[in-house]
This record gives sequence, structure tokens and C-alpha cells, in this order.
Amino acid sequence: MSDTDNQIKSEIDGADVVLFMKGTPVFPQCGFSGQVVQILSHIGVAFKGVNVLEDDGLRDGIKTYSNWPTIPQLYVKGEFVGGCDIIREMFEEGELRPYLAEKGISLLSDAE
Amino acid sequence: MPMSAGQLEQMIRQALPDAQVEITDLRGDGDHYAAHVVSAAFAGKSRVEQHKMVYDALKGGMGDELHALALQTGVPENNQ
Repeated sequence: MSDTDNQIKSEIDGADVVLFMKGTPVFPQCGFSGQVVQILSHIGVAFKGVNVLEDDGLRDGIKTYSNWPTIPQLYVKGEFVGGCDIIREMFEEGELRPYLAEKGISLLSDAE
Repeated sequence: MPMSAGQLEQMIRQALPDAQVEITDLRGDGDHYAAHVVSAAFAGKSRVEQHKMVYDALKGGMGDELHALALQTGVPENNQ
């Protein structure tokens, strides 16, 4: 496994919900990354943002690692869930919350 | 080098001959499209697998020539 793959694996294993994105959750630098940040924030799920713009090796490595050609990429409990289209479709179809609940991910709104 | 809507549709059809393909040019720059692809080949496959089938059809073009492809996939009504 390459250093980049090890780096990616440790990021993915380091938090329940990990979003490889362009920019940061506070300052997304791409519309698609921003859309996923908005959705995750709206449903109140804590996540770690990994800015692939800071590391070209990571930016390309993640596409090979997941065999998915674009950024952003969302991982939940180590599993690749999808990019912007799929996360938005899951959200719009009302599938995202149940999916996260099934994975044992608590939502901030649950705590109300 | 950007990709034309026709090229995009042709590449998808080559990989998914039965597909109904609807391409929308989002910005007119050959770089930002939306595509709705319906094919019986998607039956029983997850969304991630379906989208990967379309990306594979673009033979590495996704993310290089093509910056953005808002993708929606589905199975024909009679296949559900």
C-alpha cells in the first residue's frame, strides 16, 4: 500500500463520517463540495472534512483508492457512499437519515 | 479539451446500447453537463455501481476533459 493509500485509509478510519472535498467545511472551494457540506450540516451530522486541494497526491490518490473519478467523496464508517449527485439524491429521496441511523451515526437533531 | 454533448451521448451509448440518454448542457462550455441515463443494465445495481458504469463508459474522460457531470441513473419502468 502506498503512503498516500495509508494516509487515505487513516483519514477514512479516523472518523465515522469523512468528506474528501475541495476546500474546508467552512470555506468550500467548489460548488459540488459545498452542496454536500450543506446537506450534512442541514441534517446535523458531524463529519470531518479533508481538503484535497492541499495535497495533489491525495487529490489523485483518493480517485484511484475509491475508483471514483470526482471530488467530493463521502465515506461513512469506512464505506464509500458516493459523490455529490448520490448524496443529494439520497437526501431528496429521504434515504440519507435512515442510512446514517442504520450505520449508528447520531444526528445533532436527534439530541433535541 | 472539452467534450461535445454528442460525444458524451455516443460514449454512453457505446457502453449501454439500450440506454435512454438525456443530456443537458449546463453552461455551454463543453465542460459542465447533466445526464439522465436509463438502462436495463442497471437493474439490481446500487447507485454507486450505476454511476461507475457511466463513468467507465467515458473511458477516463470524467474529471479530465469533462469537469462536471451531474448524473442521474435509473432502470426502465418495465424492469422494476
